[in-house]
Amino acid sequence: MREDNLEMSENVERYLQLDPRSAAISQPPSSSSSAAAFVSPANKSRNCNSPCPDHVLENVLENVLQFLTSKCDRNAVSLVCKSWWRVEAQTRFEVFIGNCYSLSPDRLTHRFKRVRSLVLKGKPRFADFNLMPPNWGAQFAPWVAATAKAYPWLEKVHLKRMFVTDDDLALLAESFPGFKELTLVCCEGFGTSGIAIVANKCRQLKVLDLIESEVTDGEVDWISCFPEGETQLKSLSFDCVDSSINFKALEGLVVRSPFLEKLRTNRFVSLDELHRLMVRAPQLTSLGTGSFSPEDVSQGEQEPDYAAAFRACKSLVCLSGFKEFTPEYLPAISPVCANLTSLNFSYANISPDMLKPIIRNCHNIRVFWALDSICDEGLQAVAATCKELRELRVFPFDPREDSEGPISEVGFQAISEGCRKLESILYFCQRMTNGALTAMSENCPDLTVFRLCIMGRHRPDHVTGKPMDEGFGAIVKNCKKLTRLAVSGLLTDEAFSYIGEYGKLIRTLTVGFAGDSDMALRYVLEGCPKLQKLEIRDSPFGDVGLRSGMHRYYNMRFLWMSSCTLSRGGCRDVAHDLSNVVVEVFGSDDDDDDDFTRDYVETLYMYRSLDGPRKDAPKFVTIL
Amino acid sequence: MMGSVELNLRETELCLGLPGGDTATPVTGNKRGFSETVDLKLNLNNEPESKVGSTTHDVVTAVSKEKSSCPKDPAKPPAKTQVVGWPPVRSYRKNVMVSCQKTTGGTEAAAAFVKVSMDGAPYLRKVDLKMYKSYDELSNALSNMFSSFTMGKYGGEEGMIDFMNERKLMDLVNSWDYVPSYEDKDGDWMLVGDVPWPMFVDTCKRLRLMKGSDAIGLAPRAMEKCKSRA
Repeated sequence: MREDNLEMSENVERYLQLDPRSAAISQPPSSSSSAAAFVSPANKSRNCNSPCPDHVLENVLENVLQFLTSKCDRNAVSLVCKSWWRVEAQTRFEVFIGNCYSLSPDRLTHRFKRVRSLVLKGKPRFADFNLMPPNWGAQFAPWVAATAKAYPWLEKVHLKRMFVTDDDLALLAESFPGFKELTLVCCEGFGTSGIAIVANKCRQLKVLDLIESEVTDGEVDWISCFPEGETQLKSLSFDCVDSSINFKALEGLVVRSPFLEKLRTNRFVSLDELHRLMVRAPQLTSLGTGSFSPEDVSQGEQEPDYAAAFRACKSLVCLSGFKEFTPEYLPAISPVCANLTSLNFSYANISPDMLKPIIRNCHNIRVFWALDSICDEGLQAVAATCKELRELRVFPFDPREDSEGPISEVGFQAISEGCRKLESILYFCQRMTNGALTAMSENCPDLTVFRLCIMGRHRPDHVTGKPMDEGFGAIVKNCKKLTRLAVSGLLTDEAFSYIGEYGKLIRTLTVGFAGDSDMALRYVLEGCPKLQKLEIRDSPFGDVGLRSGMHRYYNMRFLWMSSCTLSRGGCRDVAHDLSNVVVEVFGSDDDDDDDFTRDYVETLYMYRSLDGPRKDAPKFVTIL
Repeated sequence: MMGSVELNLRETELCLGLPGGDTATPVTGNKRGFSETVDLKLNLNNEPESKVGSTTHDVVTAVSKEKSSCPKDPAKPPAKTQVVGWPPVRSYRKNVMVSCQKTTGGTEAAAAFVKVSMDGAPYLRKVDLKMYKSYDELSNALSNMFSSFTMGKYGGEEGMIDFMNERKLMDLVNSWDYVPSYEDKDGDWMLVGDVPWPMFVDTCKRLRLMKGSDAIGLAPRAMEKCKSRA
């Protein structure tokens, strides 16, 4: 903040001098009157030349706008008038782009001149589930090229679902001398060579977080590429880098990183190695434990005191990893349980009996991720202790549609009764009831994110045999803060009429294998005014349903519909009628389909764009 | 294993309109999964006789008869119909589970997805051949996906059709409405069932459910290839 103030006052000085550019600006009546109100004797006496209302206004605005960080507020401010638009553009340091194809890199660099932090999202979420052919797009290359020229002071880049190459990372490392934070979530296209360059060249690096990304093993010892001497590292996450690590170099790095708070290692770091790291970095607040298995199973030698190492980490509040854990060692984390606010067991096949002694001490847990191996019994234990729980995610150990499914509405209902402050839930199961959903809607009114995946398609309430309409209806009706919803199970159009009627704050809706007719889609598109992201698969919605949202699509980030009943003609009509929305159609493969399927649209992905259709679309994508 | 859809004649009207149109309306009160809706509209199987006994179709119709007064049948589908990207678990997570399982019995790394098309149906499906252990299982899965599809009963060991007997083969192919054929590694279109199951999984690149009449031409070629392999 202090830095910003300094910069602000320098800019104020600049604005007080006569600026040839601003002389040409047209001044709408409203702002000149407000400018008059702001002119004070102090300002007047400081100037060499008498300031136009423009300058005063702009300098005041700059001073005020620096306090605005929320992008919604900034977007609103920029719409007031041209002058405000310009000043806002000058003072926006953090830019968030939810869809990299909604504008071109040039437009970014033309409008915003002082960007220090860039958040960029690429592919839509359904790409994570193999519903999009590879090489669809979302390359980081044009963005890094444009920003390298325009923002040499860039400090932070956060990418999600983008295609990033080693060359891109090299350009980034070379172009931004003050670069501080790199976060890559669900990205691909790069490898250990790229990371090595970033580690080596970005001397101010504070954050290097690689999360759920696919990282090619270039057989480069990237950990050794960090420069000698003290580092600025605050956070280092490499649990998704699935190649072995030079442990000695890692240990050395940790030793010379006194500011390190967050360290997430991969499964190639054994428990005894982890122990050595913890001993050298007891200040850690967040730890990803790697394998959580000792390297050498041979007993006889003195085993390190793992519990002591955990006890020494008095600031530890977040634990994850456990990717190849050995159950006997799990109790070693007990000393930190009472302080934990976040625990991620979702890569560990933990049984109820393993969980109970641990969770019984976790009174402060706010975020808990686990596999369904903990069973309903484990969930009941969570409900009994974790009264502060805000976010729960339970993933399937066996992620196949017809797996047994050890959890059900029993654990779900227990959670709703025990964890009243719940705000976000993701729950995979095979058996659910409307009653449990209704109970949760009544017990947990603070829910903002509700994602239920009943893995067997079209499954009804397993007790009554009825569709899941009433349960989801209760959720949208009673959870008045709901912004994100994912539905599953047997659902008729009725469920969607509830969503349209009550889901007034919903921004993201995920639908699969649900609904009976176009009415369902219409209910949602006509009823949910805040809808931004609508992703639908395998549901009987066609051209009629698609047309019912014509008034909405420009105000949404995107619409995805795959394996529905859309026709090419219908999609073409939409494309024709909405000139600033890009309509892409493609199949699930990158080869051409047979002629007879040409009218059938396998996937529709449409999004608003300021700069028209993209030029980098691969052959298998047709832009209508 | 014969399976057939219990349809009344009205539902067997050929209709290529989009859903929601005013032509053949779905039987009132029935909810169907999407795949069943499209199949019914397209109509395909026209055997009015209803054979009780196939559990595959019981499942399909059990779901669709939800609201009508038929008793619910919560039987699980016997064959594993595999759909791409469902359940929605990220491949990153799936891969981690595979590589981190110390106990053996984790799922095989690579799936063998092949496209399945059915003559007349305006959509494609994909199946993972590694999910099935025999032709029977594949047949059940395809029946679930394309509800009017029936593959007939395979005789002999490993459920193989007798490709060596030309006359028997022609009769068999003639008696089916839809004949499963596949494109093999050489790019030839063959009749499904000519090789042992594991070899089929390795060699099959694509599946096509051809109209019986079109498949007649395949039969002699299938025989030739079979003989040359033996």
